[in-house]
Amino acid sequence: MAHIEEHKETHTVQKEKQNYVMLDLGKTPKFGMPAFIQVVKRSLSLELLKGLGVTFREMINALFKGKMHTTKYPFEKLPISPRYRAIHEMLRLLESGHYRCIGCGLCEKICISNCIAMETRYDENQRKEVSQYTINFGRCIFCGYCAEVCPELAIVHGGRYENASEQRAGFSLFEDMLTPIDKLKEQKEFAGFGSISPNADENIKKTPLAY
Amino acid sequence: MDALTIGTIIKILIILAIVSAIAGFGTYIERKVLAFMQRRLGPMHVGPFGLLQIAADGIKLFTKEDIIPQNANKFIFSLAPVITAATAFIAMAALPLFPTFTIPKSLPVIGGAIVPSTVADINIGILFILGTMAAGLYGPLLAGMAQSNKWGIIGSARTAVQFLSYEVVTGLSVLAPIMLVGSLSMIDFNDAQAGGITSWLIWQQPIAFVLFLIAGFAETNRTPFDLLEHEAEIVSGYLTEYSGLRWGMFFIGEYANMITISIIAAVVFCGGYNDLAFISGWFLFVLKVVFFFFLMLWARAAWPHVRPDQMMWLCWKVLMPLAVINILITGIVVML
Repeated sequence: MAHIEEHKETHTVQKEKQNYVMLDLGKTPKFGMPAFIQVVKRSLSLELLKGLGVTFREMINALFKGKMHTTKYPFEKLPISPRYRAIHEMLRLLESGHYRCIGCGLCEKICISNCIAMETRYDENQRKEVSQYTINFGRCIFCGYCAEVCPELAIVHGGRYENASEQRAGFSLFEDMLTPIDKLKEQKEFAGFGSISPNADENIKKTPLAY
Repeated sequence: MDALTIGTIIKILIILAIVSAIAGFGTYIERKVLAFMQRRLGPMHVGPFGLLQIAADGIKLFTKEDIIPQNANKFIFSLAPVITAATAFIAMAALPLFPTFTIPKSLPVIGGAIVPSTVADINIGILFILGTMAAGLYGPLLAGMAQSNKWGIIGSARTAVQFLSYEVVTGLSVLAPIMLVGSLSMIDFNDAQAGGITSWLIWQQPIAFVLFLIAGFAETNRTPFDLLEHEAEIVSGYLTEYSGLRWGMFFIGEYANMITISIIAAVVFCGGYNDLAFISGWFLFVLKVVFFFFLMLWARAAWPHVRPDQMMWLCWKVLMPLAVINILITGIVVML
């Protein structure tokens, strides 16, 4: 859609330096003859018609040049930033399909609203296994610390911001947040909060070995 | 019954049925035009292009609870919307809508009926229309005072202010064309401009035309002068306590008044329903009325509204002197 493209453009424009222009409003006459002259000048220069012209131009733009701004929300959505912090997602390892979570418990520890509850145990391979994992979304403030602290990029923030639900437990179980095994191919590497930035290599400096 | 009586009854039905329907439809047009000018879509989901939105709104208005506030004067409170809606349609009695035409004889019952261009071609036509429209201002005035609400009181006070200010300008601005035509009948106005586009009174009376348009905007409470019910300042003014069908009657009255003002502007200044070369007068007349209606919506999208003191300043210090000077010059020219 044209206006969604436009939205993307404004995103990039906003990153650049904004140019504010101060309009030249002229002097404001206080009383008497100067005020009268200003009124006559403004009336005769037909300033009101210029305003009409602007709105008419916008109507032509909207109707015939595809510059309508409306997004029909439930049917079409604007793209959100990868750094947007909505309902959490649990990612899987792409190779084995096993979930990435190693049960270290850092997310539970760092959570400032105490909304993550997890229990772990050792499985038969002596690997940490998550036996129970829930997030209480009634308490979660979506600060993103859990995603930032996670050493495995296992818990990340997804893009599901429509979190009205009939049941509080609607999103909060581990299985609900985990990528479904049949959709493993569609799982994308997380680009948002806590992940490595795309230009990470450029930011790395050589550390001199000798002091 | 003779052909003219049947024709007049048909004309009354046309005005009551079609014009009131168009007045309702005007709300849809207004929302659409405002939306396009703000690069939005407007009503979209009820019917194709949101065309059935007025039906949905009508059902909503009909089924809403009719609330009368505890301390309101119940009789006047329920009378006020009737005044606005009724006077808006009474004014249309003297208003020419289309050229006189005869219904083909082949139709049963109404065949051969002569439908006149106005319901009543009274000799004080334009005075009658402006008078009834002015009487319609009793609607907002009484509604605001009867509802025991502070916003309502302020709204009706502003009604009085606005009424006193612009009604002078309306009368004086129309006076100059009346002097040129020498009649108050709307039919005579139309016939005086039968000689093509150069005979339109707008070329002889440009100042009167502009003044009449400005005063017409004030008369119909359109945006530069919508002091009576400006949401940002006085909630809804005289409409604050109204709900459901009573509110709807005010609304229908307002839109019917907009159509009336558009028709007066088209007949008095812009050549009425006369044929122009090969273009039929019917089509041309609808086009003119639609343009003036659109102008009201257009101005609403473009301009901010004025303060009450600015409006009085404009009416008394600018428009009224201009109108008087215009009449003086017209009088001298007519005498010579």
